[in-house]
Amino acid sequence: MTGAPLLQLRDIHKRFGTVQALMGAGLVAHAGEVHALLGENGAGKTTLMHVASGMTAPDTGAVLVDGAPRRLKSPRDARAAGIGLVHQHFTSIAALTVAENVALFAGWDVRPRELALRVTALTKRLNLPVDPGALAGTLPVALLQRLEIVKALAGDARVLLLDEPTGVLAPSEAEELLARARAFAESGGAVVLITHKLDEALRGAHRVTVLRRGRVVLERRVEGLGAGELTQAMIGDAALVEEPSPVAFSVKDAARRVHVAGLEVARESGLGMAVRHASLGIRAGEIVAVAGIEGSGQRELLRAIAGVLPVFRGTREVSQPIAFIPENRTTEGLIPDLSVTENVVLGLGRSASWVRRGRLDWKAAGARTAELIAEFGVRTTGPAARAASLSGGNQQKLVIARAFERGPGVIVAENPTRGLDVQATRAVHDRLREAASLGVAVLLYSSDLDEVMTLGQRIVVMSRGTLREAPPGASRAEIGSLMLGSPA
Amino acid sequence: MRVDSRAAGLLLPVASLAAGLAVLAIFFALSGYDPVAALGAMIRGAFGSWYAFTSGTLVRAVPLMLIALGFTIGLRAGVLNIGGEGQFYVGAVAATWIGLKLGDWPGSAAIPVMLAVAFAAGALWVTVPAWLRLRFGVLEVISTLLLNFVAESLVSFMVQGPLQESQHIYPQSDQLPVAARLPAFAGTRLHIGILLALSCCVLAWYVFRRTMIGFELRAVGRGPRAARVTGGLNVRRLGAIALLVSGALAGLAGGVEVGGVSYALYPNLSPGYGFTAIAVALLARQSPVGIVGSAILFGALEAGAGAMQRDAGVPAVAVYVAEAVTILAVLLADAVSLRRRDTVTA
Repeated sequence: MTGAPLLQLRDIHKRFGTVQALMGAGLVAHAGEVHALLGENGAGKTTLMHVASGMTAPDTGAVLVDGAPRRLKSPRDARAAGIGLVHQHFTSIAALTVAENVALFAGWDVRPRELALRVTALTKRLNLPVDPGALAGTLPVALLQRLEIVKALAGDARVLLLDEPTGVLAPSEAEELLARARAFAESGGAVVLITHKLDEALRGAHRVTVLRRGRVVLERRVEGLGAGELTQAMIGDAALVEEPSPVAFSVKDAARRVHVAGLEVARESGLGMAVRHASLGIRAGEIVAVAGIEGSGQRELLRAIAGVLPVFRGTREVSQPIAFIPENRTTEGLIPDLSVTENVVLGLGRSASWVRRGRLDWKAAGARTAELIAEFGVRTTGPAARAASLSGGNQQKLVIARAFERGPGVIVAENPTRGLDVQATRAVHDRLREAASLGVAVLLYSSDLDEVMTLGQRIVVMSRGTLREAPPGASRAEIGSLMLGSPA
Repeated sequence: MRVDSRAAGLLLPVASLAAGLAVLAIFFALSGYDPVAALGAMIRGAFGSWYAFTSGTLVRAVPLMLIALGFTIGLRAGVLNIGGEGQFYVGAVAATWIGLKLGDWPGSAAIPVMLAVAFAAGALWVTVPAWLRLRFGVLEVISTLLLNFVAESLVSFMVQGPLQESQHIYPQSDQLPVAARLPAFAGTRLHIGILLALSCCVLAWYVFRRTMIGFELRAVGRGPRAARVTGGLNVRRLGAIALLVSGALAGLAGGVEVGGVSYALYPNLSPGYGFTAIAVALLARQSPVGIVGSAILFGALEAGAGAMQRDAGVPAVAVYVAEAVTILAVLLADAVSLRRRDTVTA
């Protein structure tokens, strides 16, 4: 490795209000290397990448491109300096074509005919084929992500920043993405891969940097590095007990809590069917996990069973009360502007003990909320704190505490640990297992296949709206091929 | 913490009003008026005597209070009712019509009937935007605003047609019979409508603070998706209910104005109460109790404006400068504090 690194972040400090997000963090990305940036949620990964892409100005510290210090005041500056960021959440406009999305992002002002040629040339050069005339909204997730990468590289970027790119992909698609990242590096670029998946870092990257609480705690080449060492670096001293493997569900005569047959659910847009002829039964005490590539109908399946989306056709028998844990905490699970107590009141509705003939006893609601906070270890200043002031992990603990408070017969959870760190994830898993052991039927879906395999006593796979049962003891690869719709 | 935020909640509107008056004073100075004399005349006109305060300021505060309360109830549930002016007029038309009909009822029985009809008329007027919103998702901002023009035309039609005074000369209605007029407090022009407006504010405060329906409306306004998915609430229906109540209160304001102040229907009955009330509500920052103070302040500005024109020769419309600057200051402060908060949590 000779010459100056393509991108270097040196001694970056950044403070948001009272939170010191970065305390002297740094990163060195060389040409020809894939560099994994690891860390728990809140470790500062995303903030560091925002500094590199011009979205956030550091308080102190330097950004060097090709060895020369640069001041990146906006994403446009970063693009001009040859740095492209692919966000975790897609930023394409569904109603525009692939070519139009690229032009919009790159600031090209060209005629349509020329634009199509230019985008085709670009995708060919990058070896990332996408049909320039296709509407972005019609692309499957893997292609949509490819479009994001094309956009990021449209301005001849030499540094590609990928923020948690594999979360939405099937295993084989994730594999392909990592291969393409390496190919980009081999052609003389540098890739920074932000991830919390250890094996991805170990298999896909040449070098890793681990952040913890805004500081770099490990920086070295991956050769000889083990998963244990990385975990230790990520979580520090906190010891983590190995999660139990799922035990096959044994009580065959337990009461059936969920029974759907021939279930059809329309897409939320109203156009077409998201779920086709699905049948599923879940007994009390059983945990069923759904695997599927994003957009395969699992979301609609769960929401229809939870009663949030209407059933188009078919039988749906689900024991009440149902506790639904939506994947988007801050828009669907909680109202961030309201207090913790108010959010508990929202979730429990009119049947709660503090509602009497339409009147609300805030004192009783607050007292019960304080108990829940203590019982579930939600870290907050108290029941009167705004929900927005809680960290993601604590918001999720609150959502789960509230779900338990309903005394549910069925818990339906969507991506229950999205965005949570290792320890918060573990706490959520333990609570779900605890619920099942108390006789609750648990149905969950996760875009993280590892989570599906860790929690699910039974695994079902959704692929293009069709539900299929994975054979007991199915391997990752077998489930992966079911997700892609191949016959089992 | 609690006390701090409450003090800050009061400080902001007061500071904004001060900014509004300061800009008005600068405006006076620049355009050659004596700011001290002009503002002095204004303050005397609004607060100078018991009569000025009750018959000028408070009389104008009554419709502002009712319409602003309606606007706030809508806003809390995420519905923007910009049609207070039109609903006010429809309430006034309905009250005039029924008041003229019921004039010979014994005692004061006609008054509650008249006000109830005005209330219902306001609600009826917004059933159209409410239905359009429920059925087709038409933005109520637009539909309620456009209905203002329809309502004003309706008044013109009424005072030249079915409700024109018996001589058929002037574009206005006959005077309401005494039995249909709201009693006034001794020695003032302030009528008992103020008690009604105050009770409505207190009731709304109670509903929002202590009842489930009040909480549900608030939840729907603050987080409609979470209200639907987590709270299982029917967001559109609750929005429609809030819109109906909002329109009803503006209609009631029109009825109270006819029954308590003008005793007759004519065009330009409202000096823009329906729009000023939006400013009143914004200054009160969604607090039903805050509306009381805010409406009195704006009532004072409106009452003071007349005195200013009379005594200092300054055009009364200049007072809109102060109103506008006050609201801009409130909105600016809110935007700044929101941005600051978002940066902290980002």
